[in-house]
Amino acid sequence: MSTGAIGRSGTRTGARAAGATRAGTRAGAHGHGALTPWMFMAPYLLLFMIFVVIPAVYGLWISLHNWDQFLTDKPWVGLQNYVDLFTPGGAKATPFWNAMLATGIFTVLSVPLLVVLPLFVAMLLNKRFPGRTFFRAVVFAPYVLGVVVVGLLFRFILDPSVGVLNYVLGQLGLPADTPWTTAEPWVWVSLVGMTVWWTLGFNAIIYLAGLQDINRELYDAAAVDGAKRWARFRHVTLPGLRPVLVFVVTVTILASANVFGQAYITSQGAPAERTRTAIMFIAEEGFLDFQLGSAAAMSYILALFLMALSAGVFFFFRERGERS
Amino acid sequence: MGGLSRREFLAAGAATCAALWLPGCGSGGDADELTFWNGFTGGDAPTMLAILDGFHKEHPGTNVRMVSARWEDYYQKVPAAIAAGKGPDVGIMHVDQISINAAHRVLRPLDDVAQSLSLQQADFAPEVWQAGVYQGKRYGIPLDVHPLGLFWNKTVLSDAGLDADRAPADREAYESALDELKAKGVQGNWVSTFFFTGGLMFQSLLWQFGGDLTNEDGSRATWNSDAGVQAMEYLRGMIKKGYSPTNVAQDADNVAFKGGETAYIWQGAWGIADYGSTEGIEWGLAPLPQIGDKRAAWSNSHQFIIPQGISDAKLEQARALIDFVTNSPSWAEAGMVLARKSAREQEAFRKLPAAALAEEISYVRFPRSVAGLADVRESTLDLAIQQALSGRQPVRQALDDSVSRANELLADNREKFSV
Repeated sequence: MSTGAIGRSGTRTGARAAGATRAGTRAGAHGHGALTPWMFMAPYLLLFMIFVVIPAVYGLWISLHNWDQFLTDKPWVGLQNYVDLFTPGGAKATPFWNAMLATGIFTVLSVPLLVVLPLFVAMLLNKRFPGRTFFRAVVFAPYVLGVVVVGLLFRFILDPSVGVLNYVLGQLGLPADTPWTTAEPWVWVSLVGMTVWWTLGFNAIIYLAGLQDINRELYDAAAVDGAKRWARFRHVTLPGLRPVLVFVVTVTILASANVFGQAYITSQGAPAERTRTAIMFIAEEGFLDFQLGSAAAMSYILALFLMALSAGVFFFFRERGERS
Repeated sequence: MGGLSRREFLAAGAATCAALWLPGCGSGGDADELTFWNGFTGGDAPTMLAILDGFHKEHPGTNVRMVSARWEDYYQKVPAAIAAGKGPDVGIMHVDQISINAAHRVLRPLDDVAQSLSLQQADFAPEVWQAGVYQGKRYGIPLDVHPLGLFWNKTVLSDAGLDADRAPADREAYESALDELKAKGVQGNWVSTFFFTGGLMFQSLLWQFGGDLTNEDGSRATWNSDAGVQAMEYLRGMIKKGYSPTNVAQDADNVAFKGGETAYIWQGAWGIADYGSTEGIEWGLAPLPQIGDKRAAWSNSHQFIIPQGISDAKLEQARALIDFVTNSPSWAEAGMVLARKSAREQEAFRKLPAAALAEEISYVRFPRSVAGLADVRESTLDLAIQQALSGRQPVRQALDDSVSRANELLADNREKFSV
């Protein structure tokens, strides 16, 4: 019904503007001119072509060469850049898969926290209590900081020898020599912790919007049926949040997999290359070591991983949706 | 800050760099202007500007316009700018960046410039002069050398009852000082696991024990030699013996030194400017102690470069500028040891703190002039140092692994740059 209304008004505008061409009126019988949707999408498609499609195809082309942007000779190497990445023990493969592993570890550790914690924060902030708006602002506040600010801030706090945290721990009589940024597993605690502190507010706000969308009558009905707190959460809140949950999980996974700034500034990939993430390694390879060919190949492998992961997330949530 | 690498700086705050760079963006320079690009953004910038004032007085016909960007930005943008025909007329590069830029064909060979200024090896020091040569051609004219030196915090030493006016010059004196400090509860010399300054210490010791980063022609990495193992074991020993905490993070050694938590630091000559502008610290500076079989110190060097495609008229002006600046003793006020002997011999230089490192000039060492070696080292040796010093890998194994990886990367580079 509503699509029809939009179609009619679209035709009317089109007819007025184009002086009612024959093609326009004929197509008008079906709802709109053949070109109309394309015209609406043109500005976006143009930008999408210039900034996504063309660079993506060009990147594929680059990945098939030994590409140094400052050399005129950029020899074709076929799939060699990809082969190098899958040669066990190779000089390219080892650091690349270490970087992928670092990204994987970070994602596995941070995503559950960033999906679950903000939900509880959002449920707290959804209650009525004095100062609620203030606390909502406080929770969201860190998110407005840039990654450089957050990174440097935590570097000052977490430095193992001269940082604030170890000093305070020492004053409290606790061990004061924890290597927060220079040794595993502490460095992961640091990176995940600072990321949760930084981005928790964003997910919490999304959840909050989702919670406010759930009809209160459903809770009342559940209460009438004798549902306790957990049952209300399990059977009303969670199903009500499902679309929001899909969004949060997908976006959080992608953001975590693209982690760069935190590790780059706070731990600088240390210890050794254990926290050097995929994006960090790709940037070094391409722009500092002038190996754009293999950097492009790495980007494609990372992109394939992320596409598969996102597809998996959608599939997972669709399954559950059908069952309930 | 003269010796920091690109990666080091990136971490310091990439966000501010773009703004600094903008004034220089897209300017090929006016016809009557000589554009001079460099990475002097700290206390070294005013020093260089003062020298340029002197140059303008002597050469009223030439108008030099200096544009500075942070080094890490500089090395990404300068090659691109030159390749696009929008580069400067003259610039500064660290000597370890010259080979890659020469291989990228953005630099003009300067043999004729050196000849017309009648500059030769004897006017500098063999190591410094040879470092600016790539594949038989000269691309850099040395301005300064900034070697690693031994800085000490006088307050910490005198509080511990040690002589605060003299530095230990050999292994025995150095270790006994560290032992005395340890007895007083001071970890005397922090060993960072990062390139700054752990990597610089390792390279200095490698050379002191008679090793080298690569073989003669730079085709193979050789830091897993016995000398390399000795150097790494020595650094690890400093941590084991308690002269240094474990897991020292980037810059923490420098912060600790300035904060009076430790007595010594092996720091580049840029420490002169850093500590000189730090309130409440009394420090001394001397050449590195001799730990190994001979004296040696890691060093870097600022060198003048001229991009490809400069006009004859501009070349004439650039030559005069290079001659004038390399001869100015006041550049040492920025904490640098002057490369040119004629500048070093002037009274104005001898009074400056940097003169304390002048004797190192005869034994400073640079990595060989191999395109891409600096990047290979960053992704192999620098990681091995972290592995070995943190004790996650045995010294020999960390070095061997990194060498075999480096050899593969060096071979790739050789193939790439051979055409």
